[in-house]
Amino acid sequence: MTVEGLLEHGFSPVAMPDGSRTIDGVYIGDLLSWVMGRAQMDNAWITIMSNNNVIAVASLADTSCVILAEGVELSQDLKDLAMAKDINVLSSPKSAYEIAVTLSGLLA
Amino acid sequence: MSDALVFHFDVDGENFTSAGQASTAVKRNLRQLGLPPEIIRRVSIAMYEGEINMVIHANGGDADVIVHEDCIEIILADKGPGIKDISLAMQEGYSTAPDNIRSLGFGAGMGLPNMKRYTDSMNIETELGVGTTITMKVNLT
Repeated sequence: MTVEGLLEHGFSPVAMPDGSRTIDGVYIGDLLSWVMGRAQMDNAWITIMSNNNVIAVASLADTSCVILAEGVELSQDLKDLAMAKDINVLSSPKSAYEIAVTLSGLLA
Repeated sequence: MSDALVFHFDVDGENFTSAGQASTAVKRNLRQLGLPPEIIRRVSIAMYEGEINMVIHANGGDADVIVHEDCIEIILADKGPGIKDISLAMQEGYSTAPDNIRSLGFGAGMGLPNMKRYTDSMNIETELGVGTTITMKVNLT
């Protein structure tokens, strides 16, 4: 499953500098140190946080994309930052749980 | 033996939202050196946690990353309040960070544990009222 492949399943692109990245797992969390400690490289990271530290953590933890749950939006500045840092960001109106269920089916 | 490569950064204690610039720069530099992605990931996460700690608790400090032949050494030095109880600070979930930091997604009490998790060795020298120096190493072999 690639990041851009998610666009066919109800996810909206927020920033997609590298849509060809592979998703090989999922991590859900809003506390950034938990994400850095537990998320694996190439995971899709589901969160409701939307500050610039999210972009930094996604970059350092090397997740394949950030998925903003519950319709959370990113400011234009952060969209630009995500593009500059090569961080894919998608959004969904669904809850983190519903997104995880969708991804579970897609990654199976 | 060739000279070690050193990257130095001043971590700005005033600017919380831009914290991470040093670790992001280190990540880029290590990538240019062609190091394995998992090594780069471990070094940059450990450094980011340290950088965040210096901003939250110590009003900034100095960060040095030294690329040796057999390891990458990260030295984070601050002139902050020092760590009162290191074993408590090393416990997952223990935090003295203020509430405004938590609203940004930090302050979960996972900073020092993550630094230990992602490095092969970690040494903390701290003195109350004087400062803290943390030295971490990630082995390359």
